[in-house]
Amino acid sequence: MHPILTTIIQRLGLGFLTLFVVSIIIFSAIEFLPGDFGEAVLGQAALPETVEAFRRELGLDKPPIERYLSWVGNVLSGDLGNSFSGRNSSGVDRSRDVWTLIQPRLANTLFLASMTALVAVPLALALGITAALYRNSLYDRIVNSTTLTTISFPEFFVAYILILVFSTYFKVFPSLANISDSTPFLEKTYRSTLPALALTLVIVAHMMRMTRAAIINLLASPYVEMAQLKGVSKAKVILHHVLPNAWAPIVNVIAFNLAYLVVGVVVVEVVFVYPGLGQLMVDAVSSRDIPVVQACALIFAGTYILLNLFADVISIITNPRLLHPR
Amino acid sequence: MNTPTTPKGGYSAAHEVTQVKTRRSFLENIWRTLKTAPPTAWFGMIVISVYLTVALFAPLLAPHGQAQVFPMAYAPWSDEFRLGTDALGRDVFSRLIYGARNTIGIAVATTLLAFLIGGSLGLIAAISRNWLDQALSRFVDVLMAIPSLIFALMLLSIFGSSATNLIFIIAVLDATRVFRLTRAVALNVVVMDYVEAAKLRGEGLMWIMRREILPNIMPPLVAEFGLRFCFVFLTIAALSFLGVGIQPPTADWGSMVRENAGLIQFAEYDLTAALTPMIPAAAIALLTVAVNFVVDWFLHQTSGLRDEH
Amino acid sequence: MSTNNVLLTMRDVHIDGFSDDHWHHIIKGVDVTLKRGEILGLIGESGAGKSTLGLAAMGFARPGCKIVSGTIEFDGIDLIKLNHSELRSLHGSRIAYVAQSAAASFNPAHRLINQTIESTVSHGIADLETAKQDAIELYRDLQLPDPEHIGQRYPHQVSGGQLQRVMTAMAMSSRPDLIIFDEPTTALDVTTQVEVLSAMRTIVEKYNTAAIYITHDLAVVAQMADAIKVLRYGETVEDAPTRQMMSDPQEAYTQSLWAVRAIEKPPQPAIDTVLEINQVHASYGKSVKVLNNISIKVPRGQTLAVVGESGSGKSTAARVITGLLPPLEGEIRFNGDTLPAALKNRSKQQLQSIQMIYQMADTAMNPRHTVRDIIGRPLSFYLGLTGQAQDQRVMQLLQLIELDESFLDRYPDELSGGQKQRICIARALAAEPELIICDEVTSALDQIVQEGILKLLLRLQKELGITYIFITHDIATVRAIADQVVVMFQGKVVEQGSKEDIFTAPYPEYTELLLSSVPEMDADWLTQLQAQRATAGA
Repeated sequence: MHPILTTIIQRLGLGFLTLFVVSIIIFSAIEFLPGDFGEAVLGQAALPETVEAFRRELGLDKPPIERYLSWVGNVLSGDLGNSFSGRNSSGVDRSRDVWTLIQPRLANTLFLASMTALVAVPLALALGITAALYRNSLYDRIVNSTTLTTISFPEFFVAYILILVFSTYFKVFPSLANISDSTPFLEKTYRSTLPALALTLVIVAHMMRMTRAAIINLLASPYVEMAQLKGVSKAKVILHHVLPNAWAPIVNVIAFNLAYLVVGVVVVEVVFVYPGLGQLMVDAVSSRDIPVVQACALIFAGTYILLNLFADVISIITNPRLLHPR
Repeated sequence: MNTPTTPKGGYSAAHEVTQVKTRRSFLENIWRTLKTAPPTAWFGMIVISVYLTVALFAPLLAPHGQAQVFPMAYAPWSDEFRLGTDALGRDVFSRLIYGARNTIGIAVATTLLAFLIGGSLGLIAAISRNWLDQALSRFVDVLMAIPSLIFALMLLSIFGSSATNLIFIIAVLDATRVFRLTRAVALNVVVMDYVEAAKLRGEGLMWIMRREILPNIMPPLVAEFGLRFCFVFLTIAALSFLGVGIQPPTADWGSMVRENAGLIQFAEYDLTAALTPMIPAAAIALLTVAVNFVVDWFLHQTSGLRDEH
Repeated sequence: MSTNNVLLTMRDVHIDGFSDDHWHHIIKGVDVTLKRGEILGLIGESGAGKSTLGLAAMGFARPGCKIVSGTIEFDGIDLIKLNHSELRSLHGSRIAYVAQSAAASFNPAHRLINQTIESTVSHGIADLETAKQDAIELYRDLQLPDPEHIGQRYPHQVSGGQLQRVMTAMAMSSRPDLIIFDEPTTALDVTTQVEVLSAMRTIVEKYNTAAIYITHDLAVVAQMADAIKVLRYGETVEDAPTRQMMSDPQEAYTQSLWAVRAIEKPPQPAIDTVLEINQVHASYGKSVKVLNNISIKVPRGQTLAVVGESGSGKSTAARVITGLLPPLEGEIRFNGDTLPAALKNRSKQQLQSIQMIYQMADTAMNPRHTVRDIIGRPLSFYLGLTGQAQDQRVMQLLQLIELDESFLDRYPDELSGGQKQRICIARALAAEPELIICDEVTSALDQIVQEGILKLLLRLQKELGITYIFITHDIATVRAIADQVVVMFQGKVVEQGSKEDIFTAPYPEYTELLLSSVPEMDADWLTQLQAQRATAGA
């Protein structure tokens, strides 16, 4: 079997192993809850039997391994448990199934993230590559200073500035992103513009800087000097010599920054009250709704791991040493 | 001691001509680097000094206490309340000043702790280069597979949001990045012959770490300290903004933004009111920008990149 | 377009370089005249400016360098006055460059044949198909294996010597008037080097290409060049046709370069054995053994030279002796007692008695330690000397290595190459060892500096009775300083014996190959060797 296939399979295996271990960490979170959380969730007036029933429902009386396995089994079949909210001290359980809570939010967050990525990635790559080519020119220095400033801004600062300018002062876009399943596509896009813009600004800055650094690194390779000494034109040096070796570093930059997207989305959703997964998670953390927190954490972490896995596989298949072994 | 005389027309080791660096004293070096610093670096250094002064002398500089409540909520900007009061009637200006001390203080403590944990583990991993290194690296890989904000949110929901929890959780999460960097730069040094020479001599682990490796990895570590501080600072601000970080009544820039966010919608009627929540946010941004400028310049100096002439 | 025979004229060229915050003079007024089809050898030590001058012949200055003044005329065209694209039209078409490191000069993402013909096609000299066929012919001329298909490979799939020849083909592809060879064989093994040299000379003669051949190796330049120019500190020392230069050098500096191999060592009787390696096998954890049943006896007070090329296992043997790499099988005996295999099991005394000196003095010393720290540490660690007593001993050691007290507070980057290596020697001596392993300690140094270090080592051996294990790949050094010689090849000992025994015929096959591949200071050596090997192969 071609050695590259073994490398890819190894990497995939490692990725799934990581996902497995991460799931254990997230699962075992519930182990660390202080003992009296049952009362905290159900309220002070709860009777001991109600609390006990609650604990039994969560399976806290069974051994950890059995609990973990049943949790995994449930997750894989789509049952993420029930939310802590909606329960009260009288034992009446109006809690909703976590997956029903999550599903629409997940769709919204994916919509926002895709909108952002579609604009941010090409823009950042273009800026980064041109800045590297015209290194130390006025253009490069301006772009550098601007991005250095932007990455230093907290996401909520960028978000509020956008609201101040485009929503409150010049009433172009709405400041509250009220979207739901029934909103038509164009309307959805319009209402999500400001949040997407806020995210784009943050991500483009990071991505552009890393792309620039990666390209500059490649430009310093000896084979680039050799190409110049052979009289190859600058354009051809870039296209023919640098770019084929640039896939791996660039893909890594993109994957790394899409992770920023995952994180930035949380803050931006809160600012714009965008009904996404991030805002759901923050609310759940405030109310200590552990099953929801766990489910959100699992989804975010899983996405991140998959993105990195994808980047690694691209790096592997574009590496000439692995593609054409001795 | 006699200097060996140069044999006629022959070779003398002591008189070998070489293009060596001219030796300058430590202070001379500092003065030269400062002179060549670009305006952005100067701007950064000045801003950082101002912030540090405010943080240190907060009680002397603030006109009122940080939790002191006055009977008028949402008061406009005036001489007594320079930036008005917030929803509970607390003076925003005083809270801004105390916020410097609280937010920066916690961020610095967290970064130091992260460096202590990540740095020492990174050094140990680089030196031992056996199963211990593998185990630590895999463990760090797994920890880094969960985005840190998410992980922090999860841990905070379990353990609660006190200042100590905050410091500890973020320090551990950030220590992973410090570990990776320290390990990478230390590995570059560990393969040098002078480290092997020390091992051959029979030097112990502590000596090698302290006298052979550490002095040679300081520049990237110092730069990383600045960058980590920025990251920690922004994360704490974000968590406080989300309501799960520093808890009231402690004045903190992140939560101040959240508390006063509602004022933004009044921009066309009273611009100053709309700006009130923006000021703590701008304070956060300004410090981070300043540190980034200084670190950027420091990296440029130490990397010795040759520019076209 | 000039009609006479002169191809390149450089007059009063000055080039400056920027480092440590100001401009230095690298080339201080050098003249060069090169006729068509002539090969000029550019000789000098490191820092003489040979590479800078070679690139300037193309009108090219590296970032951080600039051509300050002078004229550079190539076939009547003033290169300095050309603009960027005009200069570019000459590069890779009429003037070509062959770099020192072939591995770094090829793009890992493209096949060799495409890179070989790249400049020919992009300058419009030939179309794709013609250029490809021509490249295959060049590969054949350069004696590359499987010339029809080797172009389809990627750079990491061929060896260093083959890659260097492909780079020569790449330079030749556009049939340039001038090729600049910048130390092309310096990084190669002796046996590979001779094949590459042979191939290069054949092809340059065939197409009557002019060339500038830059190197620091005198014997090599004697084979390749019609005329030789000696450079020192950016100035010309001497200029002459090759045979004249070889037989009758005028300047004292040139003479000193030539006389380097004149060290004589009187034979010494062996007393007893200080170190014994018995039937050692070693590997780095994978299945391939790096050392296969090695047995070596090191006589006391003498120099045992371990000779071999890359992959021979000579450096691995050093690591086994010092305890860094415990062997799979076999034992090491020091002064009759078995030495613990692993470093951590050895006593301080055992560690003290065996010291090592490294090839690259730059990385062998901590850049943050002063000379005083570097030499003082073994004194305090092994001998417990501190304060005044330590300082005194450090000064004594400095005198021993022919330096003085002004060096005490210097940092390594304030020392020259030879001075750095001497400090490393002093550091080894500070431990008062019985045995010092010298791992290619002179390989990275210039000729004259090498001679100084070797003389120092011999003097120290006579005065202090130290035993040396001298690892090297350079036969001339072995002839100069060894008493006993061990020849290694691919992890095995080919033969061991006294210097006279090893260097007299008959030789085992590998020794024969090794010795015959070493260039000699005779301009006809390569021609004779080519004839010899042709008849042997026929």
